[in-house]
Amino acid sequence: MTREMLFAGFGGQGLLFSGKVVAYKGLIEDKNVSWLPSYGPEMRGGTANCSVIVSDDPVGAPIISNPDILVAMNLPSLDKYESEVKKGGIIFVDSSLIERKVTRDDIDVYYIPATRLAEENGAPTLANMILVGKLLKVIGEYDEEHVQKALGKCISARHADLLSLNLKCMEIGRDYE
Amino acid sequence: MAEKVLMKGNEAIAEAAIIAGCRHYFGYPITPQTEIAAYMAKRMPKIGGTFLQAESEIAAINMVYGVSSTGKRVMTSSSSPGISLKSEGISYLAGCDLPALVVNCQRGGPGLGGIQPSQSDYFQATRGGGHGDYHMIVLAPASVQEMAELTIRGFELADEYRMTAMILADGTIGQMMEPVSFDFAIKEAPEKPWAVTGTKMERAHNIINSLYLVPDVLEQKNFERYEKYAKVAENVALAEEYLMDDAEIVIAAFGIAARVAKNAVNAARAEGIKAGLIRPITLWPFPEKAFKKALGTAKQFISVELSMGQMIEDVRLATECKVPVSLCNRAGGMIPSPEQVYEAIKAAAGKAGK
Repeated sequence: MTREMLFAGFGGQGLLFSGKVVAYKGLIEDKNVSWLPSYGPEMRGGTANCSVIVSDDPVGAPIISNPDILVAMNLPSLDKYESEVKKGGIIFVDSSLIERKVTRDDIDVYYIPATRLAEENGAPTLANMILVGKLLKVIGEYDEEHVQKALGKCISARHADLLSLNLKCMEIGRDYE
Repeated sequence: MAEKVLMKGNEAIAEAAIIAGCRHYFGYPITPQTEIAAYMAKRMPKIGGTFLQAESEIAAINMVYGVSSTGKRVMTSSSSPGISLKSEGISYLAGCDLPALVVNCQRGGPGLGGIQPSQSDYFQATRGGGHGDYHMIVLAPASVQEMAELTIRGFELADEYRMTAMILADGTIGQMMEPVSFDFAIKEAPEKPWAVTGTKMERAHNIINSLYLVPDVLEQKNFERYEKYAKVAENVALAEEYLMDDAEIVIAAFGIAARVAKNAVNAARAEGIKAGLIRPITLWPFPEKAFKKALGTAKQFISVELSMGQMIEDVRLATECKVPVSLCNRAGGMIPSPEQVYEAIKAAAGKAGK
């Protein structure tokens, strides 16, 4: 099984971080993983993204042409990548930031008002983690222990106090219907 | 076994260098390799090492020359335009037979070019880069794990042959994160009786110098150096051969291009096309034997590159043009897609009468 996931939005929304958590969770589960960020001018406005591959087999090209899963946190990202998602794939949309609906009908779509939920829960910068929580739940990969461990790997000891807030946001996403 | 950690390729180079005993890093920032300097800036002061951000690339490579003269393991890193600036210094290192590790995390060129990944410094790296008759040992990692492994190997080879070893990476491998294990057995650096460490009034002065004004003396120096290069070519050349036993369409690709090509080779195999991949891990010396061996079954070679076609010349030389060699490429910071490579394989298989 190979899952190719694209996390896309504005720079500063934490997409690279959320991709890293997913990748680390894969590593903890002994999967082959790769994490590739966009770097350079597109990180300053427009679409910043990172490509994460989690696979039972060795990862070939870390570059994703057609993702199985797209997490879209702004309209330019949805506009750019909606058509690239594989048939039968999944798109997670931050519906507080993207007003339009996905037009394709050959994929599953989840609309989560992640930015609003994050603000309501006192974590305005963690909408990304709400989306990741939902993503892992939907694909049947939300393993409490591994999620906690992955967060522990991605959050430096200096910011350990932020771990519980990140976890809380992932749980909000997990439980959002 | 040591626990695997998720790390950027650039960071893996820096950590591996420290493990290899490198305690002196000199650099000047440039995208997409700045993480190496950032990592060194953080770590070196804590382990009694030296991190120094020089005033320019030229200054940094000459600091490398200085430290190497004292026999210590030393490195610098940059990206394409910065490597051009360092090339004068690299030539001097060669002229003095000084070991050093230089990392080139390539970006698109020529000129300032762009900051996206490229492999267009292949000629520069494999032909020396600076002036004069010389070579570097050029290592081409294709994963974050190899960024670490080849950094350590690079230091070892540099010391063993008293040469500059270059890690020829690219923006993708530098920026991407993959699991990496630092479980290495480190060979101790060899004795360096040539180093300038003070005579203690017990031996003659060691002199590090590349100036030889008497032509036949300089000629002799060059002859000796090329005898050494012949040994390197014999002992160091290395390639990964993937599905090569019966390969009729043979892809040649290194670094990130090889990762892309592997996907395409797998797709072609699934369609019944006998495709295979030779991935040079050393670019100089070029792994000619793997290519000569492939001639047993090969009907066509395809060189997949992030350049306008540079390694393709070495593929033609190694195969003595006995079968056609074509190019499948993108340039300027673009990366060929697995689909593009697959189409090239399919076209080649069609022509080869499959």
